Amino acid sequence: MELIAEILISIILVVAGIFGLVGSYGLVKLPDAMTRLHAPTKAATLGVGGVLIASLIWFLVLSEHHASWHELLITILIFLTAPITGLMIAKSNLHLTWLPEDLPQPPNGGQWATFDEGKIPPALQEEHDPESLRGD
Amino acid sequence: MISSALIFASLCFGVGQLLCLYRVVFAPGVADRVLALDTMTINMIALITLFGIFYDTAVYFEATLLFALVGFVSTVAYAKFILRGDIIE
Repeated sequence: MELIAEILISIILVVAGIFGLVGSYGLVKLPDAMTRLHAPTKAATLGVGGVLIASLIWFLVLSEHHASWHELLITILIFLTAPITGLMIAKSNLHLTWLPEDLPQPPNGGQWATFDEGKIPPALQEEHDPESLRGD
Repeated sequence: MISSALIFASLCFGVGQLLCLYRVVFAPGVADRVLALDTMTINMIALITLFGIFYDTAVYFEATLLFALVGFVSTVAYAKFILRGDIIE
Protein backbone atom coordinates (compact mmCIF):
# COMPACT_ATOMS: atom_id res chain seq x y z
CA MET A 1 0.00 0.00 0.00
CA GLU A 2 2.72 2.42 0.95
CA LEU A 3 4.77 1.52 -2.13
CA ILE A 4 1.75 2.12 -4.36
CA ALA A 5 1.17 5.47 -2.68
CA GLU A 6 4.82 6.44 -3.14
CA ILE A 7 4.73 5.57 -6.85
CA LEU A 8 1.44 7.43 -7.27
CA ILE A 9 2.73 10.53 -5.47
CA SER A 10 5.96 10.53 -7.49
CA ILE A 11 4.12 10.25 -10.81
CA ILE A 12 1.66 13.00 -9.87
CA LEU A 13 4.50 15.26 -8.71
CA VAL A 14 6.51 14.81 -11.92
CA VAL A 15 3.47 15.39 -14.14
CA ALA A 16 2.43 18.43 -12.08
CA GLY A 17 5.95 19.87 -12.26
CA ILE A 18 6.01 19.51 -16.05
CA PHE A 19 2.57 21.15 -16.30
CA GLY A 20 3.67 24.04 -14.11
CA LEU A 21 6.84 24.55 -16.13
CA VAL A 22 4.91 24.47 -19.41
CA GLY A 23 2.45 27.00 -18.02
CA SER A 24 5.17 29.44 -17.04
CA TYR A 25 7.18 28.87 -20.22
CA GLY A 26 4.09 29.56 -22.32
CA LEU A 27 3.84 32.94 -20.64
CA VAL A 28 7.22 33.85 -22.13
CA LYS A 29 7.00 31.95 -25.41
CA LEU A 30 3.55 32.58 -26.87
CA PRO A 31 3.23 35.42 -29.40
CA ASP A 32 0.43 37.79 -28.29
CA ALA A 33 -1.41 38.83 -25.17
CA MET A 34 -4.61 36.83 -25.64
CA THR A 35 -2.79 33.55 -26.39
CA ARG A 36 -0.41 34.17 -23.50
CA LEU A 37 -3.47 34.14 -21.26
CA HIS A 38 -4.05 30.43 -22.02
CA ALA A 39 -0.83 29.03 -20.58
CA PRO A 40 -0.99 30.11 -16.91
CA THR A 41 -4.76 29.90 -16.48
CA LYS A 42 -4.89 26.30 -17.65
CA ALA A 43 -1.54 24.54 -17.41
CA ALA A 44 -0.20 26.19 -14.25
CA THR A 45 -3.52 25.73 -12.45
CA LEU A 46 -3.48 22.04 -13.33
CA GLY A 47 0.12 21.81 -12.08
CA VAL A 48 -0.78 23.34 -8.71
CA GLY A 49 -3.82 21.08 -8.45
CA GLY A 50 -1.57 18.05 -9.03
CA VAL A 51 0.88 19.14 -6.32
CA LEU A 52 -1.96 19.68 -3.85
CA ILE A 53 -3.48 16.26 -4.61
CA ALA A 54 -0.05 14.65 -4.15
CA SER A 55 0.19 16.42 -0.78
CA LEU A 56 -3.29 15.10 0.13
CA ILE A 57 -2.26 11.50 -0.63
CA TRP A 58 1.05 11.99 1.23
CA PHE A 59 -0.60 13.12 4.47
CA LEU A 60 -3.40 10.55 4.13
CA VAL A 61 -1.33 7.42 3.53
CA LEU A 62 2.27 8.02 4.55
CA SER A 63 2.49 10.74 7.15
CA GLU A 64 -0.49 11.34 9.43
CA HIS A 65 -2.92 8.56 8.38
CA HIS A 66 -5.86 10.89 8.26
CA ALA A 67 -6.88 13.24 5.50
CA SER A 68 -6.20 16.93 6.00
CA TRP A 69 -8.82 18.83 4.08
CA HIS A 70 -6.75 21.98 3.69
CA GLU A 71 -5.39 20.85 0.33
CA LEU A 72 -8.83 20.12 -1.04
CA LEU A 73 -9.96 23.55 0.12
CA ILE A 74 -7.01 25.25 -1.60
CA THR A 75 -7.52 23.19 -4.78
CA ILE A 76 -11.19 24.13 -4.95
CA LEU A 77 -10.33 27.78 -4.28
CA ILE A 78 -7.73 27.88 -7.05
CA PHE A 79 -9.95 26.05 -9.53
CA LEU A 80 -12.79 28.47 -8.78
CA THR A 81 -10.72 31.66 -8.95
CA ALA A 82 -8.52 30.89 -11.98
CA PRO A 83 -11.33 31.39 -14.57
CA ILE A 84 -12.32 34.67 -12.89
CA THR A 85 -8.78 36.08 -13.03
CA GLY A 86 -8.55 34.86 -16.65
CA LEU A 87 -11.77 36.70 -17.49
CA MET A 88 -10.66 39.91 -15.77
CA ILE A 89 -7.28 39.94 -17.52
CA ALA A 90 -8.91 39.12 -20.88
CA LYS A 91 -11.26 42.06 -20.38
CA SER A 92 -8.38 44.39 -19.58
CA ASN A 93 -6.56 43.15 -22.72
CA LEU A 94 -9.72 43.90 -24.68
CA HIS A 95 -9.92 47.33 -23.10
CA LEU A 96 -6.28 48.18 -23.79
CA THR A 97 -5.82 46.85 -27.34
CA TRP A 98 -9.17 47.15 -29.14
CA LEU A 99 -11.08 50.19 -30.30
CA PRO A 100 -14.73 50.41 -29.17
CA GLU A 101 -15.90 50.54 -32.84
CA ASP A 102 -14.26 47.20 -33.66
CA LEU A 103 -16.05 45.28 -30.92
CA PRO A 104 -19.48 43.69 -31.46
CA GLN A 105 -22.12 45.89 -29.93
CA PRO A 106 -23.87 44.71 -26.76
CA PRO A 107 -27.68 44.34 -26.84
CA ASN A 108 -30.11 47.13 -25.79
CA GLY A 109 -28.08 49.81 -27.53
CA GLY A 110 -25.66 50.34 -24.67
CA GLN A 111 -21.89 50.54 -24.63
CA TRP A 112 -19.49 48.06 -23.06
CA ALA A 113 -19.00 48.89 -19.40
CA THR A 114 -15.25 49.30 -19.79
CA PHE A 115 -15.65 52.04 -22.41
CA ASP A 116 -18.58 53.71 -20.69
CA GLU A 117 -17.74 56.99 -19.00
CA GLY A 118 -19.04 56.13 -15.55
CA LYS A 119 -22.70 56.24 -16.50
CA ILE A 120 -25.03 56.12 -13.51
CA PRO A 121 -27.79 53.47 -13.78
CA PRO A 122 -31.36 54.93 -13.89
CA ALA A 123 -32.28 53.50 -10.50
CA LEU A 124 -29.55 55.54 -8.82
CA GLN A 125 -29.92 58.73 -10.83
CA GLU A 126 -32.09 60.54 -8.28
CA GLU A 127 -29.57 59.90 -5.53
CA HIS A 128 -26.69 61.14 -7.65
CA ASP A 129 -28.52 64.09 -9.17
CA PRO A 130 -26.01 66.95 -9.00
CA GLU A 131 -28.83 69.49 -8.67
CA SER A 132 -30.10 67.92 -5.47
CA LEU A 133 -26.58 67.60 -4.08
CA ARG A 134 -25.91 71.29 -4.56
CA GLY A 135 -28.69 72.30 -2.17
CA ASP A 136 -29.57 75.83 -1.25
CA MET B 1 11.75 8.07 -4.81
CA ILE B 2 9.46 10.73 -3.44
CA SER B 3 12.38 12.98 -2.54
CA SER B 4 13.73 12.97 -6.10
CA ALA B 5 10.25 13.64 -7.47
CA LEU B 6 9.93 16.51 -4.96
CA ILE B 7 13.26 17.96 -6.09
CA PHE B 8 12.22 17.64 -9.74
CA ALA B 9 8.88 19.37 -9.13
CA SER B 10 10.54 22.10 -7.07
CA LEU B 11 13.05 22.70 -9.88
CA CYS B 12 10.24 22.91 -12.44
CA PHE B 13 8.25 25.41 -10.40
CA GLY B 14 11.40 27.37 -9.51
CA VAL B 15 12.36 27.72 -13.19
CA GLY B 16 8.75 28.68 -13.89
CA GLN B 17 8.99 31.34 -11.20
CA LEU B 18 12.11 32.78 -12.86
CA LEU B 19 10.36 32.84 -16.25
CA CYS B 20 7.44 34.69 -14.69
CA LEU B 21 9.85 37.15 -13.08
CA TYR B 22 11.38 37.77 -16.52
CA ARG B 23 7.89 38.42 -17.87
CA VAL B 24 7.11 40.82 -15.01
CA VAL B 25 10.23 42.87 -15.78
CA PHE B 26 10.14 42.73 -19.61
CA ALA B 27 6.40 42.73 -20.37
CA PRO B 28 4.93 44.26 -23.55
CA GLY B 29 1.81 45.49 -21.75
CA VAL B 30 0.46 46.10 -18.29
CA ALA B 31 -2.08 43.25 -18.48
CA ASP B 32 0.80 40.82 -19.11
CA ARG B 33 2.48 42.04 -15.93
CA VAL B 34 -0.67 41.37 -13.93
CA LEU B 35 -0.96 37.92 -15.49
CA ALA B 36 2.68 37.15 -14.67
CA LEU B 37 2.16 38.26 -11.05
CA ASP B 38 -0.89 35.98 -10.80
CA THR B 39 1.15 33.07 -12.16
CA MET B 40 3.87 33.86 -9.63
CA THR B 41 1.39 33.49 -6.75
CA ILE B 42 0.14 30.20 -8.21
CA ASN B 43 3.69 28.87 -8.57
CA MET B 44 4.50 30.04 -5.05
CA ILE B 45 1.54 28.06 -3.68
CA ALA B 46 2.97 24.94 -5.33
CA LEU B 47 6.46 25.65 -3.94
CA ILE B 48 5.17 26.14 -0.37
CA THR B 49 3.16 22.90 -0.59
CA LEU B 50 6.23 21.01 -1.87
CA PHE B 51 8.26 22.48 1.00
CA GLY B 52 5.60 21.23 3.43
CA ILE B 53 5.82 17.69 2.00
CA PHE B 54 9.62 17.84 2.07
CA TYR B 55 9.78 18.69 5.79
CA ASP B 56 6.67 16.60 6.59
CA THR B 57 4.77 19.34 8.38
CA ALA B 58 1.23 20.66 7.97
CA VAL B 59 2.06 24.12 9.32
CA TYR B 60 2.27 25.79 5.92
CA PHE B 61 -1.29 25.16 4.74
CA GLU B 62 -2.63 28.29 6.37
CA ALA B 63 0.08 30.31 4.63
CA THR B 64 -0.85 28.64 1.34
CA LEU B 65 -4.53 29.41 1.80
CA LEU B 66 -3.76 33.04 2.60
CA PHE B 67 -1.49 33.24 -0.44
CA ALA B 68 -4.25 31.90 -2.70
CA LEU B 69 -6.82 34.36 -1.34
CA VAL B 70 -4.57 37.42 -1.43
CA GLY B 71 -3.30 36.54 -4.92
CA PHE B 72 -6.83 36.29 -6.28
CA VAL B 73 -8.01 39.51 -4.67
CA SER B 74 -4.94 41.48 -5.78
CA THR B 75 -5.23 40.24 -9.38
CA VAL B 76 -8.90 41.20 -9.55
CA ALA B 77 -8.11 44.60 -8.01
CA TYR B 78 -5.34 45.26 -10.57
CA ALA B 79 -7.61 44.22 -13.45
CA LYS B 80 -10.45 46.37 -12.12
CA PHE B 81 -8.07 49.31 -11.85
CA ILE B 82 -6.98 48.85 -15.48
CA LEU B 83 -10.58 48.55 -16.63
CA ARG B 84 -12.26 51.40 -14.77
CA GLY B 85 -9.48 53.54 -13.30
CA ASP B 86 -10.90 52.88 -9.85
CA ILE B 87 -11.22 49.81 -7.65
CA ILE B 88 -14.34 50.56 -5.61
CA GLU B 89 -16.69 52.90 -7.42
